[in-house]
Amino acid sequence: MNIFDIMGPVMVGPSSSHTAGAVRIGRTARRLLGSQPVRADILLHGSFAATGAGHGTDRAIVAGLLGMAPDDPDIPKSLWLAEGVGMAVTIRTGEIRNAHPNTALLTVTNTEERTLTVSASSLGGGRIRVNAIDGMEAAFSGEYPTLIIRNEDRPGILSEVTRALGDSGANIATVQLYRDRRGGLAVTVIECDEPLDQRLLNELAGLDGVVRCTYLDREKED
Amino acid sequence: MAFTSVRSLLEAAESTELWRSVLADDCRDRDADEAESMGKMTALWRAMERSAAEYEPARRSPSGLSGGQGAKMAAAAGTLCGRFMQRVIATALMVGEQNACMGRIVAAPTAGASGVLPAVLLPLRDRDGLSDERMVQCLYVAAGFGQVIATRASIAGAEGGCQAEIGSASAMAAAALVHARGGTAEQMAAACAIALQNVMGLVCDPVAGLVEEPCVKRNVMGAVNALACADMALAGIASAIPCDQVIDAMAAVGRAMPAALRETGEGGLAATPAGRKIAER
Repeated sequence: MNIFDIMGPVMVGPSSSHTAGAVRIGRTARRLLGSQPVRADILLHGSFAATGAGHGTDRAIVAGLLGMAPDDPDIPKSLWLAEGVGMAVTIRTGEIRNAHPNTALLTVTNTEERTLTVSASSLGGGRIRVNAIDGMEAAFSGEYPTLIIRNEDRPGILSEVTRALGDSGANIATVQLYRDRRGGLAVTVIECDEPLDQRLLNELAGLDGVVRCTYLDREKED
Repeated sequence: MAFTSVRSLLEAAESTELWRSVLADDCRDRDADEAESMGKMTALWRAMERSAAEYEPARRSPSGLSGGQGAKMAAAAGTLCGRFMQRVIATALMVGEQNACMGRIVAAPTAGASGVLPAVLLPLRDRDGLSDERMVQCLYVAAGFGQVIATRASIAGAEGGCQAEIGSASAMAAAALVHARGGTAEQMAAACAIALQNVMGLVCDPVAGLVEEPCVKRNVMGAVNALACADMALAGIASAIPCDQVIDAMAAVGRAMPAALRETGEGGLAATPAGRKIAER
């Protein structure tokens, strides 16, 4: 924990977990989708469901989906601004089994009809964790340049990916592997120290056995 | 490597000013240079200033519980506390309400406690004509002590109750105030320890689960406590219990607290008949 986790962030209130963290969840879903959603279905769970309205959690997530940062003074107006850009929003409350108390499940669709579901939790102090993408487990904060690679579950793919990263000079901070079943689909989440360039991303996306490669650049809020 | 004890903070402060050792440690920790770190902290100080200046007396929170109190306090005539304290109290209310009304604040260490540091530092700077550079140094002192509290105990109400939020903010502010007045590192540690002693056991019991009642008013308590504890430390009054042990005790008390008193909105003031009525609305 560095001193700027203690002092800061600059944020719109009232709650670092229920407001600032909620903005980051929406913003991360937008970045994972890669463009402005035209439809967003937001399911709030636990404390988000119980006290979200009073904390502006709903408006905060929508603000994030519109690309706002946690200190954007327009956060309270986000539902209205969403109408302006043609994003249809539905907000529901419900139970997500075994989820952290501050969890939201977002289903977002863009103009190309690409749909993505993101489950994410707000851990306190504005920090978040993405729990799952399209129902597949994945745990990352979005604070590092992050690669989310969906690949076939067979030998050798990870070494191909790490070789490409190594050749480009990228240093890996963390690696996580998940799969739905043996020989099925796997998700590889790699957090790196430095941003990755487009040429490398193209190379990774073109590797045999890689189904989809999503890249989340370092969050810029300062 | 972050500071994990007040003792290590004091040891580092033997060779340089305490705020400088926090700055140096931040540069090592984040691989940053001094200008970058100072720039970041100065931006937070400016944002604290704005959080008070942007206060709008007519603004109300979505629940209707907050708004207008800071303006009332600022306009009150003939207060018991005198003009300086009146401004401290008003500033704490204003920033607390600004937060409740979805205005922009600086979490220090949390959003719910965002009124404490600006409430003591802004009026002091203006009364004594202190420089903004000195105020930024104060924020390094506050962050250094806050880091130790966060590491050894907690700064989250859900984990440690209100003592961890307003209490931590008050202890950080007390240490910062000692720096503002030119006190020693030992006096900063004493001010931090005494401030935490005074709020030991304070529960987190927000009505309807909202960061409004009693949170906004507890920012006032945190600010006033910080000033009194800094004055005690500067007068040479020590804490019989070393600061690290006070922080550890605060952590233990937080762990012993039932969940109903840790930001669930189920105990304390939230569980009163009036509190429940507000929650139903």
